[in-house]
Amino acid sequence: MAAVRRLSAVPIRRCHPLLLLRPFSSAGSEPSITVETSVPFTGHKIDPPSRSVETTPSELLSFFREMSLMRRMEIAADSLYKSKLIRGFCHLYDGQEAVAIGLEASITKKDAIITAYRDHCIYLARGGTLVEAFAELMGRRAGCSKGKGGSMHFYKKDSGFFGGHGIVGAQVPLGCGLAFAQKYLKEGTVTFALYGDGAANQGQLFEALNISALWDLPAILVCENNHYGMGTAEWRAAKSPAYYKRGDYVPGLKVDGMDVLAVKQAAKFAKEYALKNGPMILEMDTYRYHGHSMSDPGSTYRTRDEISGVRQERDPIERVRKLILSHELATASELKDIEKEVRKQVDDAIAEAKESPMPDPSELFTNVYVKGFGVESFGADRKEVKAVLP
Amino acid sequence: MLGIARRKVGLGLFRAPILQERLHRVLPAGSVLSKKYSTSAKEIQVREALNSALDEEMSADPKVFLMGEEVGEYQGAYKISKGLLEKYGPERVLDTPITEAGFAGIGVGAAYYGLRPIVEFMTFNFSMQAIDHIINSAAKSNYMSAGQISVPIVFRGPNGAAAGVGAQHSQCYAAWYAHVPGLKVLTPYSSEDARGLLKAAIRDPDPVVFLENELLYGESFPVSAEALDSSFCLPIGKAKIEREGKDVTITAFSKMVGYALQAADVLSAEGISAEVINLRSIRPLDRATINASVRKTNRLVTVEEGFPQHGVGAEICMSVVEESFEYLDAPVERIAGADVPMPYSANLERMAVPQVDDIVRAAKRACYRAVPLAAAA
Repeated sequence: MAAVRRLSAVPIRRCHPLLLLRPFSSAGSEPSITVETSVPFTGHKIDPPSRSVETTPSELLSFFREMSLMRRMEIAADSLYKSKLIRGFCHLYDGQEAVAIGLEASITKKDAIITAYRDHCIYLARGGTLVEAFAELMGRRAGCSKGKGGSMHFYKKDSGFFGGHGIVGAQVPLGCGLAFAQKYLKEGTVTFALYGDGAANQGQLFEALNISALWDLPAILVCENNHYGMGTAEWRAAKSPAYYKRGDYVPGLKVDGMDVLAVKQAAKFAKEYALKNGPMILEMDTYRYHGHSMSDPGSTYRTRDEISGVRQERDPIERVRKLILSHELATASELKDIEKEVRKQVDDAIAEAKESPMPDPSELFTNVYVKGFGVESFGADRKEVKAVLP
Repeated sequence: MLGIARRKVGLGLFRAPILQERLHRVLPAGSVLSKKYSTSAKEIQVREALNSALDEEMSADPKVFLMGEEVGEYQGAYKISKGLLEKYGPERVLDTPITEAGFAGIGVGAAYYGLRPIVEFMTFNFSMQAIDHIINSAAKSNYMSAGQISVPIVFRGPNGAAAGVGAQHSQCYAAWYAHVPGLKVLTPYSSEDARGLLKAAIRDPDPVVFLENELLYGESFPVSAEALDSSFCLPIGKAKIEREGKDVTITAFSKMVGYALQAADVLSAEGISAEVINLRSIRPLDRATINASVRKTNRLVTVEEGFPQHGVGAEICMSVVEESFEYLDAPVERIAGADVPMPYSANLERMAVPQVDDIVRAAKRACYRAVPLAAAA
C-alpha cells in the first residue's frame, strides 16, 4: 500500500477533473503531494533515486485522463483491426501506458524519443492527435504519415518524436545518433531510445551503447520489459534477463513500469545523469495485455491467470485511480465521467478519421526523395504508370 | 659590337638562341609563354580531390561531420581524410570502433536530427554489416514519414576490386544499392568527378551512397580551374560523354571508364569509333543520355566490374530495349566481372575482372566484326 503524506494542514483543493492541466506543478498555487513508489528502485553501478516522488493533484488527474485516453485508443484500434479497417501489423500498448506518460512528465518536447513499432501511445504522449493516429492506422490522407507509413511509422519531429521503426533494435543506434546530434549542437537535451526485452539482445544495441559511453552521449536506453519478445519469454531469450545490468560499464536502473510516478522519477533522474555523464539504461518492468500484435492472441505462451493477475494487481490506471480517490482529489463518479469523455473523444476521432479519404494515387511517387531532380519513377507497368520526381 | 646580332625573340625574355629554338619547337608560332601556362591544366590525384571536397564542405557547413574507422588520427585508411582531424577537431572528425551497424545507425540518427553526417566504410564490403540502416533507416524514412524525416547523409568508401585482396574484400555494390528507391548512388571516375560529385552528395538532402575505387585513389587527372573552385558541384543523375563516337556506345562507371577509354583507342585504330559514357550516377541513372547515344550509334556495350547477374548492365540493356529498341542494330553486349567470388591468384584475378581486350572484343561483336571465339572454360 503506498504510503501517503500530506504536506500541510491546508485542506487539499479539489481540482475540477475536467480541467486538463499540464503535469507540472506551479509553485505555491497547488499543494504538492508526496507518494512513495510501489517498490524501491534497484541500481546497477549507480545509487538509485529516492522512492518518494513529488506530484500535484492536477498532475495525477492528467495522468489518469491521458492514460485512459491511450487505453481507450488501443482498445478501439483492436475493434477497427477486427473490422478490417486497419490492415497489416498493429501492435498495441495497453498495459504499458505508464511508461509513455511517466517519461513525458519529466522531459520537454525538445528532448527526443524514439521507439520501435509499439508506438501509438508514445505518439499521443508527444503531442500527436487521435485523428492523425486513427487516420494513419486506416491508411487515410489525414494520417500523421499521410497514410504512407502505417501503424509502425508514426512520427512527430516538431515535438521530438522520431518514430516508429519496424526493424527490431535498429531504433537504438538511431536514438544514440539523435543524442549525438543534441550534444554536437550543444542543446542540453537528451534522447530516450525505447526498446523491448526482445530487442535487448541485439548486437547493434551494444555497439551503439559502447560508442555512446565512449563519447558521453546524452542517450538513455529504456528497455520496456514486458517479459515476452513476441511469443518467447525473456528467460528463453536472454541468458541474463536483468536488462538494467546488461550495459555492464553503463549504469542502469530497474523501475516498476506500471507505476507512473516511478517512471517519472526515473526519467528525471536519468535525464540529469545523462546530461552530465553519458548514457544509462532504464529497465521498465511493464506488461502488455494484448498479444504481440493483432495476429497473436497472446495466450498460447502465457496463462490467462497471469494476464488477469497483472490487470488486478498492477494496472497503471487503477493505481492512479486509487491515489486520486484516497487523496480525495476527485470522486469515483467524476473519474467515471472522465472515462466517458475519453471514450467519446476516441469515438469522435474515429468518425472523423473515417471521413478522411485514401491518399491520391499520385502520392505513390511523392517523398521518395527530398530533391528528385525531375528523375523518372515507374509503376508496375512502366509503360502505363510513370511519374517525375520533383 | 655591331656585328653581334641581337635576335628579336617574340617571347621577350629569352636571349639564348638554343633555348629559343627549343621553345619554337614546343610552342605554336606566335604564342606567348604566359598563355601556355594559363591553359595547362593542373593535375591532381583522386584522393586529393576527395580530400579537398571534404575539407571545403566541412568548412562551409558546420553541420557536416565525418565518422568512420581510422578517419581521424590515422589520417584515413587510404589517406582520404588526411589533415581533417587537425583542422576540424575530434568533435567533427570521429574515429569509431569497428562496429559498422552501430556507427552507421548513429550517423543516420544524427541525420534525422538535422546534422549532415559523412559515414566512411573502410570498404563497402563492410557496409553489409550496416545495410539495414542504409536501406531501412535511411533510404525509406522520407517516404514512410511523408516528408517529415529527411536523411541528408553520405555513405562513402572504396567499392569493388582492389588488387589481390580476395573474395571478401572485392565485391562491387553498385547494383545492390542502386536497386533501392530513396537512395542516390554515385560512382566517380576522374578527379573532377570525385570533387564535383562528393560536394554534390554532401549538399544533397537525401541519403547518398558514394562508391569510390581504391585503385583510382592514386591516379592523377587534369582538373580545370572551375573544378578547383569551392563552389564547384556536378549534377546528380547526369552521365558524361567522355569520348564522342558514332559506331558503338560503351557505358562504364568508376575504374572501368579508364578501361573503356583505352578500348576506344584500340578500336579507333581499327576503324571503329566508340562513344564512351561515364555514368557518374547509377541511381538516378541517366537513361536519356544513354538512349540518345544508342539512337546515334545503334550498338551498345555495357561494362561493369561487378557480378553480372542482375547487374547495372542488365538495367541499362532493359532501358534501351524499352525506349530505343528500333534503333538497335545488334544485341546489347554485356561485359562484367566473372560470375565467381574473387580469387586471389593473380592470373585468376585477371580473369575475374574485365580487361581492355574484353571490351574491345564485345564492341567488335556488336559491330559484327569477326572475332575469334573465346575458349570454353
